[in-house]
Amino acid sequence: MQPTGSAAEYWKANLRLLTICLIVWFVVSYGFGIILVEPLNAIMIGGYPLGFWFAQQGSIYTFVALIFFYVWKMGKLDRQFGVHED
Amino acid sequence: MELSTLTYMVVGATFALYIGIAIWARAGTTGEFYVAGKGVHPVANGMATAADWMSAASFISMAGLIAFKGYDASVYLMGWTGGYVLLAMLLAPYLRKFGKFTVPEFIGDRYYSQAARIVAVICLIVASITYVIGQMKGIGVAFSRFLETSYEVGLYSGMGIVFIYAVLGGMKGITYTQIAQYVVLIFAYTVPAIFISLQITGNPLPQFGLGGSVEGGTHLLATLDKVLVDLGFAEYTAMKGTSLNMALLTLSLMIGTAGLPHVIVRFFTVPKVADARKSAGWALVFIAILYTTAPAVGAMSFFNLINTVQPDMQNRAETSLQYEDRPEWFSNWEKTGLLTHDDKNGDGRIQYRASKEENELTVDRDIMVMANPEIASLPNWVVALVVAGGLAAALSTAAGLLMAISSAVSHDLVKGVFNPGISEKGELLTARVAMAGAIAVAGWFGLHPPGFAAQVVALAFGLAASSIFPALMMGIFYKRMNNAGAIAGMLTGLSATLIYIFWFKGWFFIPGTEMAANNASNWFMGIQPESFGAIGALINFAVAFAVSKVTAPPPEHIQHLVEDIRVPKGAGAATGH
Repeated sequence: MQPTGSAAEYWKANLRLLTICLIVWFVVSYGFGIILVEPLNAIMIGGYPLGFWFAQQGSIYTFVALIFFYVWKMGKLDRQFGVHED
Repeated sequence: MELSTLTYMVVGATFALYIGIAIWARAGTTGEFYVAGKGVHPVANGMATAADWMSAASFISMAGLIAFKGYDASVYLMGWTGGYVLLAMLLAPYLRKFGKFTVPEFIGDRYYSQAARIVAVICLIVASITYVIGQMKGIGVAFSRFLETSYEVGLYSGMGIVFIYAVLGGMKGITYTQIAQYVVLIFAYTVPAIFISLQITGNPLPQFGLGGSVEGGTHLLATLDKVLVDLGFAEYTAMKGTSLNMALLTLSLMIGTAGLPHVIVRFFTVPKVADARKSAGWALVFIAILYTTAPAVGAMSFFNLINTVQPDMQNRAETSLQYEDRPEWFSNWEKTGLLTHDDKNGDGRIQYRASKEENELTVDRDIMVMANPEIASLPNWVVALVVAGGLAAALSTAAGLLMAISSAVSHDLVKGVFNPGISEKGELLTARVAMAGAIAVAGWFGLHPPGFAAQVVALAFGLAASSIFPALMMGIFYKRMNNAGAIAGMLTGLSATLIYIFWFKGWFFIPGTEMAANNASNWFMGIQPESFGAIGALINFAVAFAVSKVTAPPPEHIQHLVEDIRVPKGAGAATGH
């Protein structure tokens, strides 16, 4: 049996949001923190080389923000598709 | 006041608090015992998860690792936090919706297979036991060094405390104790960090202090880079390994984190699906407080160390510290053998250098956090607090792991496989006996630590990454995944990872049984064994996908189950069926 239209739509919207979040997750850690760390280190913010800052500080802050962004967006999707609890 | 008296008082007070909470939060039902009755507020659960997650390794070892490895240690910072993004988005809400008690239970139901459930139980027990040994050792060491008891007495005291609150309260007791333990450990970690950041950079926030300037106006990181190069080391902020290994290790740690059962099961304790998402966010907030402080603690304690033995920060043998003038903390740690001075050139001074021939100072990196307050000459109560914090970190993680082990035994093996008709009361009793048994086994390993205790962390993460995480993720995101695919994937992912680790580190870590020397020229594509969990996970995904394509699709009710866990609506209280 195929899921009802709205459940399938809800899942698609969720996957879209997930993809965006995981791209950001990848870019700040693997991208800025590892692969591009050397060119970014040429830029200084305060006493931090930028690549080093992403690897030891910035990526962690981004992860936190990313989860709360996902929570907020999913809360909206849950209500929009009428699949929220109680 | 004498340091040991003060430490006794602080540690005693925290222990009394944990026991008080245990008596208050007794568990009366299996629901309370396994998942704290599913009534834990998401913020409270986030705090408990943070304490559960941050072990003796995070508290005691991580900053020291960062100090001596500099930039390269970023893999631990990113790996052990980025996993929560995966948890929040790929696993936690769906597993909460599924609404059962344990991780193997989900795998068994989703793949309609007792065999899959048993494979998951084995992975869970091996990963958790290897992890808990390290905690037990940490407890024994902290006691013996600071409370001047023997290692055994320390270990028995730790076991006794965990026994009281875990056997009595189950997940409910553990959750509320972990909240208290989080408060103790984060206070103990940040207070010395703030003092030291103020001393070195004048900025009270360590996160800013690390980017701040030291006396004389140069930046702290630039100063470290310069002095390390002068002494013959690589720059602090430069990459020493390869990008490929760093990325793979980070990925292994991230998916390992998301696949560790004692962390996942914490998200079963909140009332709603939305709370599971929120709770993962809060957990990461509480973890990030320590994880963004740790790089500052690492760099600053390292700066202090170099500044002590080489006050002019130059590569000049004649200006390094006279051995006779060494500070008190130096001689205190010398007694433990974790800090040693070998006057190779016989000049009565301490030279810290990169070259083996010239270097006279050996520092065990695990002492950096513990010695930090003394190096910065902070008052004794701060040192006592750090000891209590380290114990809180070790106890909270040990309790979470023991909980995962005992519920796998009582719920998945006894109730799920051997005696499905067991009564609620009987199961609760079994769970308590299993918990007591798990504590005894962990204690035995603590008393007879296998020589490979440090290496097995890679094993625990490798197992979780290569077996549990892919099975859970495909169970949710790929409706067509069937029992044959999942089991084949778990077994191949697992064995590939195990063989790769054992190949270079010896079969079952027995020295001398390595098949090849553990160095870059022998590694497959230059991948170090610690980073292989990510490859194991890829193999798991690929094999599972291929096998499921050529075998029968899962029955219709399983496909309905997957559709059902994808929407939050209708998540009731958890049932253990």
